[in-house]
Amino acid sequence: MIYSEKVMEHFQNPRNVGVIKDADGVGQVGNPVCGDMMSFYIKVKDNRIEDVKFQTFGCGAAIAVSSMVSEMAMGKTIEEVLEITNRSVAEELGGLPKNKLHCSNLGADALHKAIENYKERHKAEAKKKDTPDKSVDKEKCYCPYCEGPLEGMEDYCTKCEIELEECPECGKPVKKGEEKCVYCGATKVRV
Amino acid sequence: MRRVYLDRIAATPLHPQVLEDMLPYLKENFGNPQSLHSAGQEALRAVEEAREKAAQLINCEPSEIFFTSSGSESNNFALKGLALAHRNRGKHIVISAIEHQSVLHSTKKLEKLGFTVSLVPVDKWGMVDAEEVQRAITKETILVSIMLANSEVGTIEPIEDIANICRSRDILFHTDAVAAVGNIPVDVKELGVDALSLAGNQFYGPKGSAALFVKKGTRILPFIDGGIQESGRRAGTENVSGIVGLGKATEIAKKEMEKRIERVKPLRDRLIKLFPQKVEHVFLTGHPKKRLPYHASFCIEFVEGEAMLLNLDMQGIAASSGSACTSRALKASHVLLAMGIDHALAQGSLVFSLIEETKSKDIDYLLEVFPPIIERLRKMSPLYTQYLEEKEK
Repeated sequence: MIYSEKVMEHFQNPRNVGVIKDADGVGQVGNPVCGDMMSFYIKVKDNRIEDVKFQTFGCGAAIAVSSMVSEMAMGKTIEEVLEITNRSVAEELGGLPKNKLHCSNLGADALHKAIENYKERHKAEAKKKDTPDKSVDKEKCYCPYCEGPLEGMEDYCTKCEIELEECPECGKPVKKGEEKCVYCGATKVRV
Repeated sequence: MRRVYLDRIAATPLHPQVLEDMLPYLKENFGNPQSLHSAGQEALRAVEEAREKAAQLINCEPSEIFFTSSGSESNNFALKGLALAHRNRGKHIVISAIEHQSVLHSTKKLEKLGFTVSLVPVDKWGMVDAEEVQRAITKETILVSIMLANSEVGTIEPIEDIANICRSRDILFHTDAVAAVGNIPVDVKELGVDALSLAGNQFYGPKGSAALFVKKGTRILPFIDGGIQESGRRAGTENVSGIVGLGKATEIAKKEMEKRIERVKPLRDRLIKLFPQKVEHVFLTGHPKKRLPYHASFCIEFVEGEAMLLNLDMQGIAASSGSACTSRALKASHVLLAMGIDHALAQGSLVFSLIEETKSKDIDYLLEVFPPIIERLRKMSPLYTQYLEEKEK
């Protein structure tokens, strides 16, 4: 099996699936080009996540990640939830296959977007600071074709001999000349 | 739990008679076919017997068969070997947009060596139009390669028509027939091709056993340089047991093909008919009639392929998908995109390819357990919720 037991357990019995009709905040990430799309809904009371629900279109990893994030966030304060990173979710799940670390592991981003949305709605100081894990994620990259480790700036994967270039949207290495980024789904404007 | 294997396009089981024929060459008959002593000569005899059997299946001369290690190698051999041997005549190659990676990436390598490549589009059924091939051909064209049947959508291409065009323009024509040979009748003389790839693991032979047919008198560069094996075109000690297995598999396929098709096709037809009736928003992919007899492929809207495959596997059912998440490259199938299927729908692609052992009850079982899986995943899908909301408006 390509997934850990914990991933499979969350995939088979995902927690908190659904929609909150009168949500205080809604966040959505991903798109069908990547293969994964997540929507998070939150209810906030006294600065705490009173309820969280999600819907996910995607692979086993994407569903397990969404379920895990929802479980990690339930009952926590806004500040505590902002501490959750994509990486900590993957760790909590006992790891994810390398090629799924970027594309499917967007649960924390989706949840943070829901919180941003909540803050905007409540006109709190809308500080749109980047989620803390983005810089961390950039540190280690993997060739999306052969899973060989990359520094993140190479223009060539020595392992599978594929030319790479940086996605102008998310900065991750994609195959040269590719029209769609496999990480963020951005469509590049070809010059 | 019931086990239902519906992933023939990935691998077939090994036929018991194939295994039986192979075993002596893994045990006592271990000789190297290039050796002069009797142990070597016995291995050589077995290899040549297999070559004859393989030649009979596709109606060619034994000397026109070159054994390789995989369908991918056969395709690499054909594309690179033919292009490089004929580069003095021109440097343009025509392929279709739905070729296997081993063809697509071989032409990418050839582009780096100065060749130019044109991709012929396909229609919504995944069908190549011979006239489009005609239009793509230039004065510089030396090689055309179009697959005989596509393993992702099952569509069978008009190879004879394309071969006629190529012959009239004196252009070499290769077809990747890996999904077809051993499963449907393939006759290289009727088709009129100059080269054709086939693989044993697609029709009850062992993995690692494949071949390339090259028409007599066609110049092709050796793929592996070295000794004189395979008439010097593909050096390296022969995979004797694999070649013997391929030979036996071709012999059985020739004998049983009609019976096999008669048995598997009605089951496949039932699946194609009943599945879209049982579940809404399900579409057949590929040509409804001109398709491989064991092949049923669908796009299931609002759900993603890998999630369906994992759930099916938990119920004992093995299938495959062209969704981005199931490919290591995390890209949706280039075949489905070339057919004009949009990204979201392509993510929900599933292929059920039946094997000889598939029973009517297996199809019943699939039709029983699969709809609830789709329903559960759709309840979880934001795309389905969006669809329902828009429908209400």
